[in-house]
Amino acid sequence: MTDIISLMDAMDYGVAPEDTKIVDQWLADHQDGFGHFIDGAFTAVGQTFDVSNPATGAKIARVTQGTDADVDAAVAAARKAQPKWAKLSGHERAKYLYAMARHVQQHARFLAVLETIDNGKPIRETRDIDIPLVARHFYHHAGWAEILADEFPNAEPVGVCGQVIPWNFPLLMLAWKIAPALAAGNTVVLKPAEYTPLTALAFAQIAAECGLPKGVLNIVTGDGATGAAIAGHDGVDKVAFTGSTEVGRIIREQTAGSGKGLTLELGGKSPFIVFADADLDAAVEGVVDAIWFNQGQVCCAGSRILVAESVAPKFESLLKTRMAKLRVGDPLDKNTDMGAIVDPVQRARIAELVEQGRATGVDVHQATAPDGCFYAPTLITGVDPASPLWSEEIFGPVVTMTTFRTVDDALALANNSRYGLAASVWSENINLCLDTAAKVKAGVVWINATNLFDAAAGFGGYRESGYGREGGREGMLAYLKTPLAKQGKAEPTPAAPHAAVGLGVSDDIDRTAKLYVGGKQARPDSGYSYAVNGPKGPVGLAPLGSRKDIRNAVEAATKASGWGKATGHNRAQVLYYIGENLSARAAEFEARLIVLGQSKTAAKAEVETTIRRCFWYAAQADKFDGQVHSTTGRMVTIAMNEPLGVVGAVAPDAAPLLGLMSLILPAIALGNAVVAVASQSHPLAATDLYQVLETSDVPAGVVNIITGPRDDLAKTLAQHDNVDAIWYFGSTEGCAMVEAASTGNLKQTWTEIAGLRDFTGQDGQGKQFLSRASQVKNIWVPYGE
Amino acid sequence: MTTNGFPRNAGCPLDPSMFEGHAVNLSAAERRAATMGTRRSVKKAHQAAWLVNAIKMIDLTTLAGDDTKERVQRLCAKAAQPLAPHLKSALGLDDVRLTTGAVCVYPTMVGHAVQALEGTDIPVASVATGFPAGLTPLPLRIEEIKYAVAEGAHEIDIVITREHVLKENWSALYDEIAMMREACGGAHLKAILATGELRTLRNVYAASMVAMQAGADFIKTSTGKEGVNATLPVSLTMVRALRDYGAETGFKIGFKPAGGIKSAKEAIAWQILMKEEMGRDWLNPDLFRFGASSMLGDIERQIEHYVTGRYSAANRHAIA
Repeated sequence: MTDIISLMDAMDYGVAPEDTKIVDQWLADHQDGFGHFIDGAFTAVGQTFDVSNPATGAKIARVTQGTDADVDAAVAAARKAQPKWAKLSGHERAKYLYAMARHVQQHARFLAVLETIDNGKPIRETRDIDIPLVARHFYHHAGWAEILADEFPNAEPVGVCGQVIPWNFPLLMLAWKIAPALAAGNTVVLKPAEYTPLTALAFAQIAAECGLPKGVLNIVTGDGATGAAIAGHDGVDKVAFTGSTEVGRIIREQTAGSGKGLTLELGGKSPFIVFADADLDAAVEGVVDAIWFNQGQVCCAGSRILVAESVAPKFESLLKTRMAKLRVGDPLDKNTDMGAIVDPVQRARIAELVEQGRATGVDVHQATAPDGCFYAPTLITGVDPASPLWSEEIFGPVVTMTTFRTVDDALALANNSRYGLAASVWSENINLCLDTAAKVKAGVVWINATNLFDAAAGFGGYRESGYGREGGREGMLAYLKTPLAKQGKAEPTPAAPHAAVGLGVSDDIDRTAKLYVGGKQARPDSGYSYAVNGPKGPVGLAPLGSRKDIRNAVEAATKASGWGKATGHNRAQVLYYIGENLSARAAEFEARLIVLGQSKTAAKAEVETTIRRCFWYAAQADKFDGQVHSTTGRMVTIAMNEPLGVVGAVAPDAAPLLGLMSLILPAIALGNAVVAVASQSHPLAATDLYQVLETSDVPAGVVNIITGPRDDLAKTLAQHDNVDAIWYFGSTEGCAMVEAASTGNLKQTWTEIAGLRDFTGQDGQGKQFLSRASQVKNIWVPYGE
Repeated sequence: MTTNGFPRNAGCPLDPSMFEGHAVNLSAAERRAATMGTRRSVKKAHQAAWLVNAIKMIDLTTLAGDDTKERVQRLCAKAAQPLAPHLKSALGLDDVRLTTGAVCVYPTMVGHAVQALEGTDIPVASVATGFPAGLTPLPLRIEEIKYAVAEGAHEIDIVITREHVLKENWSALYDEIAMMREACGGAHLKAILATGELRTLRNVYAASMVAMQAGADFIKTSTGKEGVNATLPVSLTMVRALRDYGAETGFKIGFKPAGGIKSAKEAIAWQILMKEEMGRDWLNPDLFRFGASSMLGDIERQIEHYVTGRYSAANRHAIA
């Protein structure tokens, strides 16, 4: 018998290894390799690559490298299955999702062990976090399937979804992707990460076990090339990607102009803000959950600690003590806090970034880790914003610490990032917490907590952390579309305007149309004008705007950020006032539209509809509000609609007043500032608006209007890193150009071929516009005394 | 005066800056407490060792209105031989002195306990000061301590006046405990905070700190008679308070969760908490005690399972 006396002297934990017998057998049963799961069955094993256990380096499986033909077959199967799947009642689809939730629970330990062996993450996490969240996601979305028709009337599934997921939460990311897609009636082609494809393959078996109709879910394994084949496939209607910002950019460019929907969940460098009145022990434990969870390989990891100067020494000391207690090692040991890094390549990258940082004179503090593919928990102090450690996503167990003096200082530091995925705020002062939550640029904010997840809450980022949300009502929207009531014909693309003189245009008293920038009428930087034609020839001159005018307008719009902080009521008042002043000058606008070639009836209707639309968005300004999501116990999870910031709006050629205003109104109703490009052919209806805007108390910079060559101006807007979203209604080539040019700051895009949407009818307004004009911030507020 | 090589807490002047404004977030404390037992796992021989270690730290307790001399004698017999000889032998502990940390009784039972434990070296702990409510007049409470000490108690588990905490009357609380400590003389003072009646974890932290400043050798969660007894989040808060006090003064303070701790699993969970937050030193009876009575039976059953491989039944083990 073991020497109990010496064990009592030491009082160590010993080892508590998880049994792997069942998983070992499963892997042995598949030692010849895995094929893809296409059309309800596994394909023959093709050319394979090895999958290894990062903790031991042992090869554990061979998996087929997906070829273009494999992707073709998977997309074809998904396409074939989609109409029937979508036609099932919500209840029928709910039954399948419910079954998947149940079967995940029935195989919970198998999946947890397999995930740990494949990924290297500790069994505690797969067992207590990953797999329970997977089941929860399917349960939650079984519910969305059930009530889809009630909750999203008129919405339709997007079609075939191509989904590419990362290696950090292999099965959980699969659940996040496929549960909402299937609930909404889409079918799926999913590629798991090449490091970690095994739980996806096991899940395919589980889906088959649940009797999921063939073709509804297809799993194709492979590397980045396979992922690119899926994202670029003509038969895919929507692409959803989670992974690095770098690859997200490539996918954005690849899908530009394809008409595919796109959601991206990308990188982060999330702030972890500790105020002086925080429970410091709680915050220290928060750091453990933030950066020493999943080896720090978490997109929303709190990787930048910002701590108040007054408590920084104490906090640092507590944190170092806690860090030293972390146990790094065998992920299958139930006593392990941190397991293996997913692959030696990643480990080398982490080490390299830390060494680069070390060279800049920061202080690197590390706990210990065994040899092999492990990396020690690391705290780096003295990091300032100029350091690469501040801005580069390390994606490892490495956290930086920086001190701040004041609340403003903390916010400035927190927001000094290209990313905006998550933030964690620690203070016992609820006023301070909520104020910080409101001001921090992040899609998810945790108060006195970190890395909390639930299927009922939306997850996703601001800025270069991507767009779209996963989870909750907002997540469902990414997998639904609202078809146009009536589809029109594409507008002919107007030829680019040229500066011209000597056109013989005359008024009683000459009126000079200008640009509208920062609340003032401004001459174009070019100093040129172009001819505006009515049906019988030139009717006036419009300024020929250029990239410098866009620059000035974006500058003005950025300065108008106060508009986003105004109350909904205040914004509503301004919108009503625009309607009132437009109404007072209705005859003048009708006359202008007639000169530009409208019939009398159409002109009257266009002005009338514009006025009504002012009222409709004024009404929505204080009503398009958020939700309180039902997540975990004793938790208020607030889903807040926030403005995007600066929206570029490029108007269609037709309906020069209504088309333009249909874009401006929803954007400003929700607090955005707009840089609008007027109808290129008929800009004079827009330039007439300046006096209306000036008399309606629209603050300077909230609405800016540029006239001129549409696609040149759109390109400058799309490329501008201070523009947060661009809406473009123009040509097919223009749509592709805007999407491709948007990758600089990964701004949100909404592109449509002008003419297809009837702005005079019900498709010209609605909540869809408001959703486009906002982003959801989920704030988690735990309570309890 | 020293205990096991470290100096006894001498206390310090009342210093509210050591606790006023100290934040304790309930949700965060609960989250940490909830993962204490899921982040660490003690299996097989290690588990047996940890369970035997827990026995050494039990204040085997009877605090019932119907306690009698014979009842106390029975308890003391169990304290002296907490593990059946065949189990002890099977664990290779024949030559090891294995007793509970103490027995804990009412003051009038101290004499019986001292008598019953003669020659065992097991200390007798007595509750005192109008246990459990502590609302008898202060001079009587002080007298009660002196009585118990005179009867031979080595440790006195006092209860604090909750009102002083709820009104944040820290000097009254400090003075009261300091007087009690003086009355204890050489006996160790364990301050019962009755945390279930202090409600907030901030109050728990502050009361812990005042008790230590006033000279408590141990801080203890509960009498076992409050609506809510020992919980892990409360324990976490108290342990962090004694850690902070130690960092400030250099004194090592003991911790005693009491009330409602019944299972071997809990015996492991609290030891994990002490090891994680404080380290190996706090897994000794001079710095950690369980206030429990029925937990010992469950520990014996688990040890028998370890020894025989069969699940055991309560009726196979001597009751306390």
